Amino acid sequence: MNCREAVKTVTAILQDQLVVCANGIISRETFTARDRVENFYMIGSMGLASSIGLGVALSENVRKVIVFDGDGNVLMNLGSLAMVGALQPKNFLHIVFDNEAYASTGNQPTCSNMIALENIAKSSGYLYAKRVTDKKGLIKEMSQLLESDGPSLLLVKISRYVGEIDIGRVTHTPNQIKERFMSAIK
Amino acid sequence: MIRSKDFADELVSSGFNFFTGVPCSIIGNLISELTDRSDVTYIPAVREDVAVGIASGAYMAGKIPVALMQNSGIGQCLNALTSLNLIYELPCLLIITWRGFNGKDAPEHIVMGETCDTLLDTIGIVHHTLSGDNAKELITESFNHIIERKTPIALFLKKGVID
Ligand SMILES: Cc1ncc(C[n+]2csc(CCOP(=O)(O)OP(=O)(O)O)c2C)c(N)n1
Repeated sequence: MNCREAVKTVTAILQDQLVVCANGIISRETFTARDRVENFYMIGSMGLASSIGLGVALSENVRKVIVFDGDGNVLMNLGSLAMVGALQPKNFLHIVFDNEAYASTGNQPTCSNMIALENIAKSSGYLYAKRVTDKKGLIKEMSQLLESDGPSLLLVKISRYVGEIDIGRVTHTPNQIKERFMSAIK
Repeated sequence: MIRSKDFADELVSSGFNFFTGVPCSIIGNLISELTDRSDVTYIPAVREDVAVGIASGAYMAGKIPVALMQNSGIGQCLNALTSLNLIYELPCLLIITWRGFNGKDAPEHIVMGETCDTLLDTIGIVHHTLSGDNAKELITESFNHIIERKTPIALFLKKGVID
């Protein structure tokens, strides 16, 4: 699976869940695959998608809050995993698209080829943390996770980005992204 | 000297209802007060940028947030402020302790103590400095700033102003 296939697979089965996307390719792929008012696209603040998502999850206790994260983003803010584990927000679902690289800046390697991020989530107190490597596993896990209480983390192993980055940028302004997302929560 | 309990009461009665942050000894009692209250949430954060990120999420879900930190924490959250809060217009009240004011403090506080206010000027964050007799006004002003201007605002707190 590449990032595009993984993001398409996950976004296709979303209903009214709120989604906070990490910066770079992950936001761009999500925007292109299925732009929704329930999506918050981070364009800067690398590492903070899980913290923003946590803030939403703690304040909005009805709907599920899903964070679309990258391995580079997660590694920049591992402390956030400990907070999620400690606070136990039931409505928090963390999806990490792990290509073992910083794809957005040219595929420089991260260390997630050697460090199992789902195990960090487990020992940080996530109720459930699992790794999937193919589309079938991704669909199966996603449909279960959307129905169950968290905090949970799904590590989605994806292939490296090949060639030039050919995916469009998010066309909404930051303020529009925020206003839409807030109107979806209301 | 402001009592931490009165300060917490003032924040809550003005409409702030979500608190997060990283401790500094100057606000130790204030954080305890906020933690002990049943009508608001205080979320201990692992870093100041995380606090600002959580506050931003809480704001989008309808809360009026406060992030408490030492001025050293400005260094940790500068990127969050410039590439999240300021460009998305995601406001929060930053209560920042001013260590190293007038060069009188431990060595690690001196550089930030001399520059923290101009640092906020440089990135365009409005700030005021709390004293015993302006706290009530500044808290109300901060709340109004958040509602009307939708950008972060900072209140500096020096040693000896709060118990
Ligand atoms: C603080 C900071 N450092 C570096 C960057 C440059 N940058 C943007 S996206 C990115 C990579 C993100 O990696 P990952 O989360 O693994 O997602 P991927 O790009 O692989 O999809 C980097 C390093 C940045 N935006 N902010």
